[in-house]
Amino acid sequence: MTGTLTVLRAGPGVTIQDDGRPGWLEYGVSRGGAADRLALAEGAALLGQGGELAVVEMVGMGGEFQADSDLRIALTGAPMRASIEGGAVAWNASHLLPAGARLVIGAAQSGSYGYLHVGGGFQTPEHLGARSAHLAAGIGTLLAEGDVLETGPDSGRTTGLGLAPENRFEGGTVRVVASLQTALFPQAELTRFEQTAFRRGARGNRMGVPMESDGEGFRPDGARTVVSEVIVPGDIQVTGDGTPYVLLAENQTTGGYPRIGTVVPCDLPLLAQAAAGAELHFRFIPLEEAVELERAEAERREGLRSQCFPLIRDPRSMSNLLSYQLISGVIAGEEDVL
Amino acid sequence: MAEVSAATPVPEIRTVGVDGMLVSFGSRLSEPANRAALAFRAALAEESWDGVEEVSTSLVSAYVRFDLRHLDHAALRAQLGALLAQRDWYAAELPGQRRLWRIPAVFGTELAPQLPQAAEAAGMTEAEAVASLSAARVRVQTIGFAPGQPYLGELPEVWDIPRQTQLTTRIPEGALAVAIRQLVLFSVATPTGWMHAGQTAVRLFRPDAEEPFLLRPGDEVQFTPVTPEELQGLRRDPLGGARAEELS
Repeated sequence: MTGTLTVLRAGPGVTIQDDGRPGWLEYGVSRGGAADRLALAEGAALLGQGGELAVVEMVGMGGEFQADSDLRIALTGAPMRASIEGGAVAWNASHLLPAGARLVIGAAQSGSYGYLHVGGGFQTPEHLGARSAHLAAGIGTLLAEGDVLETGPDSGRTTGLGLAPENRFEGGTVRVVASLQTALFPQAELTRFEQTAFRRGARGNRMGVPMESDGEGFRPDGARTVVSEVIVPGDIQVTGDGTPYVLLAENQTTGGYPRIGTVVPCDLPLLAQAAAGAELHFRFIPLEEAVELERAEAERREGLRSQCFPLIRDPRSMSNLLSYQLISGVIAGEEDVL
Repeated sequence: MAEVSAATPVPEIRTVGVDGMLVSFGSRLSEPANRAALAFRAALAEESWDGVEEVSTSLVSAYVRFDLRHLDHAALRAQLGALLAQRDWYAAELPGQRRLWRIPAVFGTELAPQLPQAAEAAGMTEAEAVASLSAARVRVQTIGFAPGQPYLGELPEVWDIPRQTQLTTRIPEGALAVAIRQLVLFSVATPTGWMHAGQTAVRLFRPDAEEPFLLRPGDEVQFTPVTPEELQGLRRDPLGGARAEELS
């Protein structure tokens, strides 16, 4: 059955996202897609559906939504306060959103990017073969009050599943491989780069995030200029003042700033989720190790469905709490209610 | 492999991130390196190897992104090496299906205020600069940075002028800007160090059009001088008066 989800209110950075639109680099369009790809896989596992379906991405702040018919939903990524008809619901879990009920999603408690998945996925119009907004390229728009989003046919029935998320919302260490221009930097600079405690700068967005530190900027050997070259997500370019800048999903496709390395794709969710001010460290690993990590992570994501567990033991996460025979006052005493 | 003269750079294969490889035909932009990159990219597309997910070009390189579960670095490097050895790519023909575009542009006036500055940097009068820029038949060397945005070259040597160190805060969509023997035709409004010498009404990227991108790498472009009034009339046309003919 298909249906609609209406946006009653949206935070400042709410868009439709998916796995992005690969294949347009030749024409200057980067792949884009969800900033946290792992969250896509987690939501797909919770709803028992494919990871290619479109979702709602919410930067720092959610919104308010209402379905015109019963709809399965899942909430993943940066944990945000969420409630259905005033009753708190668990993050990293799937729920039933009954027809007409209001889903309210608040501010991120940690991390940056939260996700709202629906059974059957969102079926908004495709542009260049994908539904994801790529605002830097002028594709799609921010979601706003009054938008009505079509949802696809949903063959699943199960809700009330949870998934323990990989903790990636408070910064940490990301692994990096040498890339095409790493050799432009002297070994001493690479070592200093690894030893530096960085803070995720406040100016970050879906295109990239600056890495601030107290020490001096990083410099390539001599005053070498490099010819403009292809950029991939995770590339760490070093701008004129020596600040490393990690490029994310909506990166420009080519750039002339030298790049000190590339964040391994399976560590990009941690980097993208780090909120402004979060501490980050970089560690170089050999390419062979990164390849093994990627292969293992692809397999792990495919097996996420088997990691889902029923939520029944935790009344806080029961979206249909009101239908149970409970002593009045239990809900009023729930501190997590919005 | 054929004997390579001392002046010709040797192609270099490097890794890009975890799942990409880059074949570079030079460390700086040159006409032969760009031709080689375009030709090699066309050959890669033709080969269509298992596990290769995407190929593209930058100014002097061809990029390959591949699926780590179906291909490994050693195998891909060997395949790329074998393809490189098949011929002298610096002497290769440009890919087929190229077109010559004639795009109307206003040079100078308040629509393109840096023409005087660019002309002076090139040591020409404004009239000479307009004559030179509109006579040049430039090639789309690559498309990048923003959707559909071409880097066009190579202009005569006299246009080897530096980019400004002070950025222009906002250059408009359709702006034609010059530096380092290249023209950039901007597909979005953006800050830039390139000098704004011309203005067109062309829209390079239309996400919902049947053909979303006007230009392809390898296409050739010539800019036809028009008056501001003529350009105003062309703004109703999404192509901004641009016309193409097939190159054989």
